[in-house]
Order: sequence, then C-alpha cells, then structure tokens
Amino acid sequence: MLELRGVRKSYESPTGEELQVFHDVTLDVGAGEFVAARGPSGCGKSTLLLVCGTLLRPDAGSVRVGGTDVYALTANRRARLCAERVGFVFQQFHLVPYLTVRENVLARTIALGVEDAPGRADALLDRFGIGGRAGHHPAQLSTGERQRAGLARALLGSPGLVLADEPTGNLDDENGRVVLDALSEFAKAGGAVLMATHDSVAAEAADRSIFLAGPSTDLNLAQRPAMSGTKS
Amino acid sequence: MRIAHLISREMRYRPLNAVAAVAAVAVASGSLVASTMVLDVFDLQTEALLLAKEKAVADQMAAMEDEYRKITKRMGFNVLILPRDQDLGDFYADSYSEKTMPEEYADRLANARDIATIRHLLPMLQRKIEWPERRRRILLIGVRGEMPWAHRANKKAIMEPVPPGTAVVGWELHRSLGLAKDDAFMFMGKRLRVHALHPERGTIDDITLWINLREAQALLGHEGRISSMLALECMCAWADMSKVRPDIQRILPDTQVVEVAGKALARAETRNEAKRNAQALVEREREHRAALRAERETLISILVPAAIAVAALLVGLLTYLNVRERRGEIGILRALGLRTLQILGVFLGKAALLGIAGGLLGVGGALLLGPLYAGAGSIPDAARASGCAFTISVVLAAPLVTTLAAWLPSLAAAMEDPASVLREE
Repeated sequence: MLELRGVRKSYESPTGEELQVFHDVTLDVGAGEFVAARGPSGCGKSTLLLVCGTLLRPDAGSVRVGGTDVYALTANRRARLCAERVGFVFQQFHLVPYLTVRENVLARTIALGVEDAPGRADALLDRFGIGGRAGHHPAQLSTGERQRAGLARALLGSPGLVLADEPTGNLDDENGRVVLDALSEFAKAGGAVLMATHDSVAAEAADRSIFLAGPSTDLNLAQRPAMSGTKS
Repeated sequence: MRIAHLISREMRYRPLNAVAAVAAVAVASGSLVASTMVLDVFDLQTEALLLAKEKAVADQMAAMEDEYRKITKRMGFNVLILPRDQDLGDFYADSYSEKTMPEEYADRLANARDIATIRHLLPMLQRKIEWPERRRRILLIGVRGEMPWAHRANKKAIMEPVPPGTAVVGWELHRSLGLAKDDAFMFMGKRLRVHALHPERGTIDDITLWINLREAQALLGHEGRISSMLALECMCAWADMSKVRPDIQRILPDTQVVEVAGKALARAETRNEAKRNAQALVEREREHRAALRAERETLISILVPAAIAVAALLVGLLTYLNVRERRGEIGILRALGLRTLQILGVFLGKAALLGIAGGLLGVGGALLLGPLYAGAGSIPDAARASGCAFTISVVLAAPLVTTLAAWLPSLAAAMEDPASVLREE
C-alpha cells in the first residue's frame, strides 16, 4: 500500500543552514500491516507522515500509495488520491471547531463522494462510542472523544492507508487503547497503518516498529534492523 | 457535505466577521441605490415642476388668448386697400404704395350700400421724396380726411383732414428743422403753415409730412389718384380677415387688401412677449434645477465610490483576517483531500454570500428608507425611480465586488502549505 524509495527530506534553518531530517528512506507498509514509526521528539516522524500522506514533497526519492507515484501527479490528482486513499489521525485531533462531530466526520465528503456517507458516519461514531455526541461541537467533547471523532473521520470512505501522528499522545490509557484497537482492527481488515509514536506501549500495538534517529542524522532506514519489519 | 454548508456553519461560528462585511456592503450598495434614487426622484420632481409651470403658462396664455380674442373682436382690425398692380414686396420694403388708383374708389366704397365691415375709411397719397428746400428725404402723405358714409350713421372721426395750405409735421422733422406750430415754411415751392406737430412715435411717422390730399396730388402730379386707403377698425362678426377682404374686393375688384399693424397686432405682440417671459421663467427654473442636480451629482460621485472602495477594502481585510485565523482549518481540509480550487471556493464563496446578503440588505434598505429622504411617494415609486434593472444590477454587482476584494487573501489561503500549517498546529 505504501512504498518509500530513497526518500530524503531536509529543511532550511533560520540561519540558512540545511537541516537533514531523513536520508535515503526505504519503507514498505503493506495492506493489513500496522507499522509504528518510533523515535524521540523532533526526529522527523511527523514529517515522514506528511510526506507519506501526499502533503509534503520530499527532496528526493519516490513515494507510492497504492502503487501510484504520489509526487508525479498533478496537485489536483494528488489531492484526489489523498481523499481516496489516505486518512489522517492527529495528536491534536484537528477537528473543525464550528462543525458538529457528525459534520466533522462528513467533512471528508467535500473532497470525495462517499456512498451512504451519513449512514457510515453514524455507524463509525456508534462504533467508537460517541454516537450520542454526534450533534455536539468539538469544544463540548473530552479529549478521548475528540480523538475518536478524528479516528472516525479518518476511516470514513475506507481510505486504505491511515497515517496516525501520536494518536494516543494526549489520551488516557483507556482512550488510547480504544484508538489503538481501532487502528489494529483497520489493519486486520486489510488497511495499512503507519503510526508515529514515541510511546513504546502504543508501539506494541503495531505489527512492527521502525526507528528514526535524531533530526540531523543521516538515516537509511532500510539498512536498520528495526526497519526489517519485525516487532520490536 | 458541500462547501456551502461549511461556509454557512463558519459564518454562524464567527458572526462578527460576517456582520461587519455585510454591513459594509449594505452601506455601499444602499448608498449607490439611494443616491441614484435621489437623483432620479429629483429629476422626476423637476420634470413634474416644469410641466406644471409650463401648463400654468399655457393656461394663462390660453386665458389671455381668449381675452384678446374678445378684445380684438370688439375692436376690429385695420386693413390697407392697395392698387391691384402694387407689388407687395415693394410695398413692405418701401412702407408705401408706389402704384396709384383712382380717388373715386374711396367714394365708391363709402357710397356702397351693402358693406358693413368698415368703420373708418382714409384715402391717401404717399411718396418718399426729397424735400428740395431742406434737402431732407421725407415721406409725404396727402390725406383727405375721413370719408363720410352715405348710407349709415357716421362714427366720430378718428382722423381729421389737414386743411389746405397747412401741414402736420413728424417729430424728427420739426425737431431737427426747428419748426413750431403756425410756423410758415416752403415745401416744393409752396408756402405752408404748420398745423400740428406730432410727438415722437419711433416709426416712419417721425419723418412724415402730412398735407392736404388735393395739394399733394397737385405737387406730385397725380391729380385724382390715391396710393392707398386705410380702413380702420374693420368690424367682422368672425374677426376674420378672410371675411373682410372679399367684402371690399366685391366693390373694388381692382384692389388688394392687406392687414396692417394695429392695436390688435400690438396687443398680440405684447401677449407673445408675455409668453416669452413666462417661458424664460420656466427656462430659468430648469437651469436652477439642473445646477442643483449637478451639485448633488458631484457630491454623490465622490461619496458613493468612496463607500464602495471602503466596503471592498473592509471585505478584503476581513477575508485576510479570516484566512489567518483559519490556517489550521485549511491544513485539515487539505489533509482531507480538498483541492486548491475547493479551498479557494470556501473563501470566495463566503465573500460572494456576504456580497449577496449585503447587496440585498443595502438595496432593500435604500428602497425602504430612500423614499423618506428622496421624497418619493412609495417603495414602488422609489423602485421605479431608481430603475428596476439598475437595482438588480447593484444586487448582482455586490457579490462580484466582494469576490474580487477577497480574491488575494483567498488565493493566499488556497496556496497555503498544509504541511507547514499542520506542523505549526
């Protein structure tokens, strides 16, 4: 589902110095696989997810989602691919504040027509135990409920690939477990999950973990044992 | 879910932003419609005012016309009987008839039994000649006095005959020659005495010398001839020249009859002058109203564009602030797969919606309140005054202007890098 080949990404520091985030990354996340990308804060986990999620063009290398070279596409087709194949779950939830929970889940349908979207949205909300909060606004929800709403939004339309950036970072254990279980279930159902986390407990929910070192370290993930796909 | 839903939800979430933009657009579009209405109503009022004045003048003139018709009917009018072979062009150019006709014509007319239209008949012989003794060019008129009517009661004479051996002298002649009443002077070798002096008339009369007809005929070598007959105060039941002319020509077929300036004509001229003055008053009123309109137009031409520019700037600024405030949301929407055009649509759609709301509110307000200020009778009157097509075009133009004003900030939103935004958030 997700293939990275020789991907490199660097930023320019305010002083004009080039800060290399990662270098020559090779990674495969297949359908039905739940992979945890681990490493300390600032090591480039979130950047890796953005690159994988079609939102950040790498300096070099190729990113394929469902076999399509993402950054070879036009901006519109890339956006379309993102809407069809990729679901994001963020640590900060990123719910639209003026939409209700149900509307937040359905916001994905602005970009993509989803068959029976309202019914599927309600089903997802019920599945994550927040069906009764469908008419509430994000500000009226607990953090756990917000993340469950974010999860429901990511899964609407069966995207194929879910990119989760520290999805349990702000949650208590119980809510964290709900989220991790949902991601595992999604993977077991044939989806691919790449989760960035620095939490070893959360990483244990994944099928395997990969490790990213410091932000300016050259890293060839493919040469690291942790990237081989074994559960750490 | 559609973008429109997103827009309406956001506007409800941040009402101040929307209300400020709608108010600005409403003020601009309302002032545009109201100002046009003010000008249009002013034009309508001007038109009505001038029409009323013109009608008043016309009514006054019609009343005067009727009065003068009655007056001239009672007074009759003056005609001049000329020899048939007299060229009228020459007559009007020279002010007298060069051709002559028998003096007997005057007797024939006076003795006719069946002519009822003429009251006074004055035969005369006229010539423009050089006064040899004084080397002055004058008009010499030989008059016989008024012809007595043979078959009806004579009216009081309106012109006395000039006694033989005397002359009546025009103002310019006696003034420049220093002649006084009873002074004796020589004229074409004949000694004459001043019988009367005319006051200034401002006409050819001022260089005219009136003498007895017989003496004039003798001096000019036209014995028994006259050049014209003046028929004064011709009465006609219809006050119509076309009735007088055949009445005279039936008796004197070798003549022609023309109307000459008399009191009736003078009064008609006075009446025309009064009409001209009244029309000039109307014209002055029209110019005054036009000047007032120009003043208002100048003021409006400054205020209205300023209001539109301020509204456009405000909408642009509010959109910019809105974009800054919603950067995180833009990142989320991009992560959900919204395309650049859809992000652009989120902000431009909102701007257009604000424009429509502001346009409707402003135009509606102008139509409701405008009549109070502009003086139009009612909303339909006001709408008619400002023009339906114009009003609709303002409602349609308002979203166009707001969309244009919001274009740059919306474009900035659409070009926002989602990765940067999501990392910052």
